[in-house]
Amino acid sequence: MNTIKLRAENLNLSFGKKQILKNINIEFQENQVTSLIGPSGCGKSTLLRSFNRMHDLSPDAKIDGNLYLDDLDLYAKKNSVTDIRKRIGMVFQKPNPLPKSIYENLSYALHIHNYPKQEIPDLIEKALKESFLWDEVKDELKKPAVKLSGGQQQRLCIARTVVLRPEVILMDEPCSALDPISTKKIEDLILRLKKDFTIIIVTHNMQQAQRISDKVAFMYLGELIEYDTCHTIFNNPKNELTQHYIGGHFG
Amino acid sequence: MKKLLNTVNWLVLCGSTLLVVLILGVILWDIFSKGFSSISLGFITSYPTNGMTQGGIFPAIIGTVLLTFITTLFAVPFGVACAVYLNEYAKPSLLTNIIRASIRNLAGIPSIIYGLFGLALFVQALQLGTSILSAGLTLGLLSLPYIITTTEEALKRIPNSLREATLALGVTQFETIKDVVLPKALPGILTGVILTLSRAAGETAPILFTGVAFYINGISASASQEFMALPYHLYMLSTQHNEIEQVRPLAYGTATILILLVFTLNSVAFYVRFKNRTQD
Repeated sequence: MNTIKLRAENLNLSFGKKQILKNINIEFQENQVTSLIGPSGCGKSTLLRSFNRMHDLSPDAKIDGNLYLDDLDLYAKKNSVTDIRKRIGMVFQKPNPLPKSIYENLSYALHIHNYPKQEIPDLIEKALKESFLWDEVKDELKKPAVKLSGGQQQRLCIARTVVLRPEVILMDEPCSALDPISTKKIEDLILRLKKDFTIIIVTHNMQQAQRISDKVAFMYLGELIEYDTCHTIFNNPKNELTQHYIGGHFG
Repeated sequence: MKKLLNTVNWLVLCGSTLLVVLILGVILWDIFSKGFSSISLGFITSYPTNGMTQGGIFPAIIGTVLLTFITTLFAVPFGVACAVYLNEYAKPSLLTNIIRASIRNLAGIPSIIYGLFGLALFVQALQLGTSILSAGLTLGLLSLPYIITTTEEALKRIPNSLREATLALGVTQFETIKDVVLPKALPGILTGVILTLSRAAGETAPILFTGVAFYINGISASASQEFMALPYHLYMLSTQHNEIEQVRPLAYGTATILILLVFTLNSVAFYVRFKNRTQD
């Protein structure tokens, strides 16, 4: 159970002259949920997005250091970014369904990655079931995805990621735009998905981090301050900054 | 005092709007009231006869439609491709800014300059002669900056989260643009394209030296032939004809048809925009 799935070594990242991440070293274990917490602007989303190379599109982003998925060097020139993104999926803060039907939201990437046509319907059904969405949408798969409620849209976005069977799922505050009931559903979903996937989640919600995480990383001003089991971070944090943040003194 | 100022402001603003609407109304009323009497099925479907003093404007209508078609074929693919490059691929740099500023400036160049440029480039340098092809390409050049600008605006309105959605699934940038960004931006692009074309269809100066003719006695399918066009026909009938009083009703009829043509195109553009708005 203690296999290291994803890791960053001496990661420094800056946008233009502004350094966002300072010498980050972190390892994420397979089939665990790891939460990244910290005040806004501490770099947790930036760290998350460097694993699936979403910074490739920002011309002023400069990345130093090494990131690995198993033994695959994520930024090596020979490794294709599309393969990496297929193996490391991402769910965003605001649900962003494609302007297509529910079914097409899942089938699109399967077609792009050349999955055999006859397998696609079963894969989609499986992913929708895994994402706790099947019962709600099975009779209206042709409906435009934007007609779904916010919580359903976010579960669709998770299903869209899950259907490609990635190894890691990155989640960037996936519940911040959702009501408490939808949030509960997503949290249940995350706990169930960790059996098959390694999950890294950015969250501002301390209770949420406590409910779902195996491990928690606290970041502050671009640095990784403390990284430990969920229990230790919330009950017995070693660093003073962590204590203050957990205690709600700033944030 | 404040209340008075408020009323005065309102009167000035409202008055300006009314004045603009009034001017437009007078122009339309003048043209339509005098033009509708000369419009008939024969007017639209027959050739001019007796030295333009009788008959219809069939070749001019066909000429304008074909001309606009050639303009579309040339300007739309290049314009959209250029906008996609600028908005989706080009990294912000001095060069891209210069390119963008140049395109904006091109939109401000008087159309007669395009006409002369088309004469030099297409008619003479490229040996295309005075032809519907030369004229269509010239109008295409004139339309390009508008199509690029409106397409870029339409692409800008597509939220980045949508691009990230497919990129995060391991879809390439090109596939993302082709399958998600362009389809979503299509109504905005179409609106810009149609409005640009409706403007191009009414231009006279760019086709003046590049291929338009006062009279042709048969429509040919060849792109290297000269052609008749509505705006130029109107110009000739209203200022250059020997029997100017006699052809006046025909001139009004031509103006009416030209305006109706442009209005139709614009209505299509508004319909596309409206339909898109109600869908979201």
